[in-house]
Amino acid sequence: MARMAMDEVRKEVEENSVLIYMKGTKESPKCGFSAAAVQVLQSYGVPIKDVDILADPEKMQAVKQFSNWPTMPQIFLGGKFVGGCDIIKEMHAKGEIAPLLLKAGAQKAEATK
Amino acid sequence: MIEPHEIRDRILGALPGAEVTVRDMTGTADHYEITVVSSAFGELSLVDRHRMVHAPLRDVLGGALHAISLKTLAPGE
Repeated sequence: MARMAMDEVRKEVEENSVLIYMKGTKESPKCGFSAAAVQVLQSYGVPIKDVDILADPEKMQAVKQFSNWPTMPQIFLGGKFVGGCDIIKEMHAKGEIAPLLLKAGAQKAEATK
Repeated sequence: MIEPHEIRDRILGALPGAEVTVRDMTGTADHYEITVVSSAFGELSLVDRHRMVHAPLRDVLGGALHAISLKTLAPGE
């Protein structure tokens, strides 16, 4: 079973250019850190894939193992682990997110919608 | 719950000579705002810097230490 959760995580990371593993959902975050991270991502107006790890404890463990990162939320852009809430906020302040989104093709995805 | 001085000691154990500030965000000794200034961070990415601070807290993060807000700086940043 653990093995399957890991495969799912790998697939989600691969297939979603803007991905957040969080407590709760975009619409209803269940943790202040998750809420803040989603808010940053939403400010770019790109489609965001959110995965509620509270609904799937096994996946939470798989995600932590996959990224070698102990806390939630976790953000992946263009298939690459970017960090948690503090990092995404700091990168946002430094203007480092837009180039990553562009590289991930997230902007384009929005334009063709 | 975990005392601020324990967090500080653990981080200093991993990053000797660092400047560590620990602030209890909620008064419940399980949500902390931590700032670490260390020359060891140098050119490292934020992810790598955070990993270096997570390492000595690994066994308590998500447990006794529910959440941290972490800022990592190299001297002069």
